[in-house]
Amino acid sequence: MKLSIIGGRVLDPAQHLDEVQDIHIENGRILDIGPAAAGFQPDRTLHAEGLLVVPGFIDLATHLREPGPSYKGNLCSETRAGLAGGYTTLCARPDTSPVVDSAAVVRVVQEKAEAARNTHVLTLGALTQGLEGQLLANMSSLQNAGCVAVTNMHSPIRDHRVVLRALEYAATYDLRVFFYSQDPDLAADGCAHDGAVASRLGLGGIPETAETVALARDLLLVEQTGVQAHFGMLSSARSVEMVRSAQARGLAVTCDVSMAHLHYTDAQLEGFNSLFHLVPPLRSESDRFGLLQGVRDGVVTAISSAHLPHEAAAKKAPFAASEPGISTLETLFSQGLKLVEREELTLIQLLASLTEGPAELLGLEAGALYPGYAADLALLDLEAEWTPSADTLCSAGHNMPWLDQPQRGRINATLIGGEMRYRHPQWQDESVLPL
Amino acid sequence: MIPEHDPQRLQLNDAGKLRHFLTIEDLPCEILTEILDTAESFVSMGEQSVKKVPLLRGKTVMNLFFENSTRTRATFELAAKRLSADVLNLDIKTSSTAKGETLMDTLQNLEAMHADAFVVRHSESGAAHFIASQITPDVAIINAGDGRHAHPTQAMLDMFTIRRHKGAFEGLKVAIVGDILHSRVARSQIQALNTLGAAAVRVVAPKTLLPRDIEALGVEVYTRMEEGLKDVDVVIMLRLQRERMHGALLPSEGEYYRLYGLTQEKLTYARPDVIVMHPGPINRGVEIESAVADGPRSVILQQVSYGIATRMAVLSMATGGQAQQRELSQSMQQENNQ
Repeated sequence: MKLSIIGGRVLDPAQHLDEVQDIHIENGRILDIGPAAAGFQPDRTLHAEGLLVVPGFIDLATHLREPGPSYKGNLCSETRAGLAGGYTTLCARPDTSPVVDSAAVVRVVQEKAEAARNTHVLTLGALTQGLEGQLLANMSSLQNAGCVAVTNMHSPIRDHRVVLRALEYAATYDLRVFFYSQDPDLAADGCAHDGAVASRLGLGGIPETAETVALARDLLLVEQTGVQAHFGMLSSARSVEMVRSAQARGLAVTCDVSMAHLHYTDAQLEGFNSLFHLVPPLRSESDRFGLLQGVRDGVVTAISSAHLPHEAAAKKAPFAASEPGISTLETLFSQGLKLVEREELTLIQLLASLTEGPAELLGLEAGALYPGYAADLALLDLEAEWTPSADTLCSAGHNMPWLDQPQRGRINATLIGGEMRYRHPQWQDESVLPL
Repeated sequence: MIPEHDPQRLQLNDAGKLRHFLTIEDLPCEILTEILDTAESFVSMGEQSVKKVPLLRGKTVMNLFFENSTRTRATFELAAKRLSADVLNLDIKTSSTAKGETLMDTLQNLEAMHADAFVVRHSESGAAHFIASQITPDVAIINAGDGRHAHPTQAMLDMFTIRRHKGAFEGLKVAIVGDILHSRVARSQIQALNTLGAAAVRVVAPKTLLPRDIEALGVEVYTRMEEGLKDVDVVIMLRLQRERMHGALLPSEGEYYRLYGLTQEKLTYARPDVIVMHPGPINRGVEIESAVADGPRSVILQQVSYGIATRMAVLSMATGGQAQQRELSQSMQQENNQ
């Protein structure tokens, strides 16, 4: 099977490539960018004039809701939402029910992912059994079953000695550890950034130090153990500073921030809007600036989705009693484009944080359009408007503050191994054969 | 901003009149003054032999208390009855929510009973906003205390008490002393005093009992009583919950009383004509000395009796605002049909 995608603006941050070019694909892999080699006869041609052709997006931690209660979504619906958002690889979070702390559960996730035939799904394993922060998970078994990293997600580990030993053990097998640092005592009873808005609304505050105190401990233990470490969903400017200085000391640590934290602050909590109830909480404008600065100067290597689909009832409660999280996958690129429009990020910075950055830290042969790489890519229309609505979203979670609001920047198609697995219903292209 | 998350648009009808009373925040000075003036007309009624007016005859007021309260519930009940409303008291904490029913389920059931007003107390901040944004807009929602967020009728009865004693708010210096962090009363008082034009609103507390960035609410922060009470016209003492000792917020009741307990000696820092207020119930010997609580500067018991008149004012204004909104919506619909 040979495919040519012609006339598109090929934008690949990894190769510093941004020009109108043709891409030629054979047997699911990228053969060449540029004029077709002599004798190359595509079976099919995709016209991408006026569109952006980019590497498929990679998310570092996505809640795929499986195994777990089906009313919040399932692996099929959420990986479909990933495709609709331009994602070709998602890392499934281990904080499912049951927790991904054994090879058997990893296999369940992988089998479901293969059956769904949507995005690639990589798995994150648990760092401690049941994420309870007491006994080590069978990390080597998880690794053998295919886990690309281990993490305790947002479940804290109070006991420093348990963390130390978990990191030593992970380091033994060169297992990457993802941290979502937050001190449970400093964050106790909190649901919002500890600042003027939470004080006025009477919401329990989570101080910035809940993140930085835990981050400091984790950084010191990473340094001591030499484990490969990544810090996810940082929410405060100070945290980015701490990772920056750790990197300057020569520590090979990376970090990501969520798209929501690059966009919004605790000002969104006005009127108790539970759709903006997030973990970690949205913080101040200066924190938002600090996170953006981190993306711009490369301290922050990835922008994560923090995708967390919920049923409607989960948000229908007073703010603190509502469940935290936003269903983000399908609108993430449009949200990112707003940052580009506001000149807070360049298009290259945005795309690099969704492709090259996460691929590099996971050590994947993905997130770029090098010849020989799998043809996992997305066709984007920067100008097209579309409106996410309950009727059209693929995700089971409609918990997004911008539901029914027009978005600019549409994912027209997502290809996995050269196969078009998703096409936007409104994208008209005569050269496109039915899916 | 989405209307349901815009407190002002949620609380006022299309003619700018009160239809829900959820928080003092963002309400214009005229509405607060209207509440005080309306309360004034009701206050003498309590002294008459027939204590009822027919303003809410045929209407149903439901007291929905998801959290225990004796005094607030009793004064709301009396207020509704003096307005001739039918009153139903529901102690929800011990009934449905204990059976696993969500707040949403409970609300949908209560909605089907067609009440005209819900008086709501709940332990979660924002609960009254949530209810007002989720149920049929015809029901007036009166916040009787939500978490740490707001207790607007308590604040208004305090404003009423201050205005009765001091005449006006201009030039007044008011100190609020104690557990500001956990106090919905303090938050509503601060907003009311600032809206009504008080000269200075001070909070006095150790740093463990002060919310982060509290200055943004428009207060001056003091940590010492001598400075905080200096030359004030009004002192409002807040109740100190005993469980604060266990959260490592305070070392002991004894040390708190020594530093922040209102004694006759500390009261001398204030102006000679200072009034002493307390939302109750008071902890004698914890935040206030009996000699002060029962003394000539104390207006604590008057606050309680003014509470009924203030709540009558809010109930009648909000149900009136709802009725007006229904007329406005109907005439708008007729215009559209023509």
